[in-house]
Amino acid sequence: MKTALDRRSLLAGSLMLGAGSLALPRLAFAQGTGSRNLLFVLLRGAADGMAMLAPVGDPGLAALRGASLADYEGAPRLGSFFAVHPALAEVAAATQSGEALFVHATATVYRERSHFDAQNLLETGGTAPYSIKDGWLNRLAALLNEGAPAPLRALAIAQAVPLALRGDAPVSNYAPSALPAASEDLLARVSQLYAADSEFGPLWARALETKAMAQDDGLKNLRDARAAGELAASLMRDAGGARIGMIELGGWDTHANQRGAFARSARGLDALLGAYKSGMGAAWADTLVVVATEFGRTARLNGTVGTDHGTASAALVMGGRVRGGRVIADWPGLADRQLFEGRDLAPTTSLESLLAGAAAEHMRLDPELAMTRLFPGRSAVPLAGIVRS
Amino acid sequence: MPDAPLLFSGTLTHACDPLPHERRMSRPSIALSRFGYGLSAHDSPPADPRRYLLGQLDAYDPAPPAIAGRMRSRGETGAMVELVRSLRQDRRAALAMADTPSTMGAQSAPSEDPRAAALEGLPPEYRSKLDEARQVLLGDISARVGLAVSSPTPMIERLVHFWSNHFSVSVGKVGTQFEVGPHEFTAIRPHVLGRFSDMLKAAVLHPAMLLYLDQFQSIGPNAPFTQRRGRRGGDQPERPRGLNENLAREVLELHTLGVDGGYSQSDVTELARALTGWTVPGIGRVGRFAEDQPSGAAFVALVHEPGARRVLGRSYPAGQAGQALTILDDLARHPATARHIATKLARHFAGDTPPPALTARLEADFLRTGGDLASLTRTLIDAPEVWTPEPVKFRAPFEWLIGALRLTGVGKLPPQRILGALNELGQMPWRAPSPAGYDDVAASWAGPDALVRRVEMAERIAANVPSDDVLARAEAAFPGALGDATRTQLQRAESGSQALALLLVSPEMMRR
Repeated sequence: MKTALDRRSLLAGSLMLGAGSLALPRLAFAQGTGSRNLLFVLLRGAADGMAMLAPVGDPGLAALRGASLADYEGAPRLGSFFAVHPALAEVAAATQSGEALFVHATATVYRERSHFDAQNLLETGGTAPYSIKDGWLNRLAALLNEGAPAPLRALAIAQAVPLALRGDAPVSNYAPSALPAASEDLLARVSQLYAADSEFGPLWARALETKAMAQDDGLKNLRDARAAGELAASLMRDAGGARIGMIELGGWDTHANQRGAFARSARGLDALLGAYKSGMGAAWADTLVVVATEFGRTARLNGTVGTDHGTASAALVMGGRVRGGRVIADWPGLADRQLFEGRDLAPTTSLESLLAGAAAEHMRLDPELAMTRLFPGRSAVPLAGIVRS
Repeated sequence: MPDAPLLFSGTLTHACDPLPHERRMSRPSIALSRFGYGLSAHDSPPADPRRYLLGQLDAYDPAPPAIAGRMRSRGETGAMVELVRSLRQDRRAALAMADTPSTMGAQSAPSEDPRAAALEGLPPEYRSKLDEARQVLLGDISARVGLAVSSPTPMIERLVHFWSNHFSVSVGKVGTQFEVGPHEFTAIRPHVLGRFSDMLKAAVLHPAMLLYLDQFQSIGPNAPFTQRRGRRGGDQPERPRGLNENLAREVLELHTLGVDGGYSQSDVTELARALTGWTVPGIGRVGRFAEDQPSGAAFVALVHEPGARRVLGRSYPAGQAGQALTILDDLARHPATARHIATKLARHFAGDTPPPALTARLEADFLRTGGDLASLTRTLIDAPEVWTPEPVKFRAPFEWLIGALRLTGVGKLPPQRILGALNELGQMPWRAPSPAGYDDVAASWAGPDALVRRVEMAERIAANVPSDDVLARAEAAFPGALGDATRTQLQRAESGSQALALLLVSPEMMRR
């Protein structure tokens, strides 16, 4: 049995030393974010981390994944141990230019296998599903708003506000529509109609504001991932734009015939991230993207060449300030006895630590405070050294 | 896990602020809009709200003429799945010979119509099949909307859609387009006032569900078929050859016990084993051994995992197709199921955080009657918690659209327009993003973008229908419940059409 440090030293690129060893000086919180942007991408349906970033250096992989290993011949490598799925070309390029990193074998504190509970926990930040009503991203906005002259703009690029962004801090949402715009006169009358309504009044005010920001996007829906990435960038890159954004991607619940299904979803994610990065232009230098999913999938392919609900997965961090080009993982191994409950990649890094640590460093908040507020009740320490200060 | 948390609850604290006095609903208004889909332009408000609702239990027609032709699925699905499988093999063969990667159906260059571009690259027989599937789906969605808009029993239609969402299926998978309509028409509609156990078996073992949750290709690892293939040694690497637990897990988590219902991973696996053999007709080499089942599914004994099962501590002897049926019957009367169903029903009719007393009465009713859904419906009608004057819910998009079409008296709309409207509003029938169905809490729907879309849609609807006497129609649709702010805006509107658009997005119309 190797020590934790030995296992870590297997890994490519610069290593994650113990959490805290690269800790930033404790900054006073809410020092001001300047124009720092944070985009959270939630992969709904449990994306397979072992397909996203395949541990090709692990001798156990071949027995578990057999046929799908062909996909990684010639795929971009992160050191000798990990290979990036070939559909994630833009992500791999960003990794190689030092602007992206993966975290592997990561999971929230959730250890059951329900998508809906797991997403609830990941989005609310509670220690149990349904124990908290608002979302961690909304609480992050609230933290940043404390003492600020005006609340920052937080925006979901989605037809409905996802749970992670729901809560007391004002948020808006927007998705392109094929409907003809309503007449100005009707909009004004609706404003009067809702003026006295304590719920619709504020919602409507934010709707009009976001609508003005997004005018003439030329899109009819969010189906084209590249266009969605460009749209997200157009709503976040300017000084008056949103500082916190969220976007959701589905299609990851690959119970059967996983190879094709995963590649399709991964191509969409890659197109979105690539378009967002180039769309942000100069603002990319101040932008952080975090991509996460509710849990991973079974290590072994199932009877229908897919994977079932599992435990640990991978997460991705991209951005102009990311200390990238590496994988942060305390690799648990793929031998039968190393798998969680004999079936899943075992979780060794807290996903909440990553989310809180990355958000705090990037937004210049005290990481401990961020952890307490965004993910209360965790014993894990926020990950440090994700972002260059 | 803490004691009985409320599944799917997600009310925001600020949504619980005390409501201003003017947001109060009357009993007739509650009967129309909280229980049903609102007043139809051709009706007048009910004089006796309770009798109006109870009468619907007798008047409900589970199989109206509009869907008579769709009560039997047409066996297209198996053929379509087989077609796609053979095309995949052709494609693999073609890929193996060619150096350049194919772009069939994926990653087409951005174009005006990506769907047309994607179809362009497909073989003609598949293209025509897809087109047929699309037409069938369009017809079924249009029929569903038409039934709800013209229904004299809108409360029961609401129950149909509630249960259809509880047993959510989605058109994401090959062949499901032919089956999702019949799933609701034959597995849900006949049972909404019947027994939960009958609906459970019909809905879970319907081809739509077997396809959607991958059951149709799940095979017992020790089934005769697997053994025979193993002996021959000619296993193709990408062909399904074992157990898939997707449906089994969702049956326990979503359809019956609920996520905290006390089941374990081994219960999931055992139920998955019991379900092997249940598949769709006309599929695969084993298809000719299939026995047709009343649910429209087929059972293939050759792929059924032999042996006894143990689920939730109970033993089930070896028993082919009947094994799964017996387990489902037991799940249907489990106390955790009663609690799960009671909670969801209460949330749907009495608000996002349902009163515990109501949930408890529904639960007791479910246990006492063995899941008699007509009895649960009467319990809801007689529950004071459902008659609270404050609105308890933000109408979900489908509900709002049906309400708007009933209120405006729109006749039959072209199916394509119905589809477009539902798509823009964000709640297409049979396309929920997950097997949990569409969310049933206000916070999931009441966002800035949703308001804009409804305003845009309202202006469009109002421009195309008669718009005389809007104020009188408003008073009728929300009897004794029209607020001053809305009345003032309707009176000030510059045209009947504008007044109608405002009525369609008024708080009275958006909440119930």
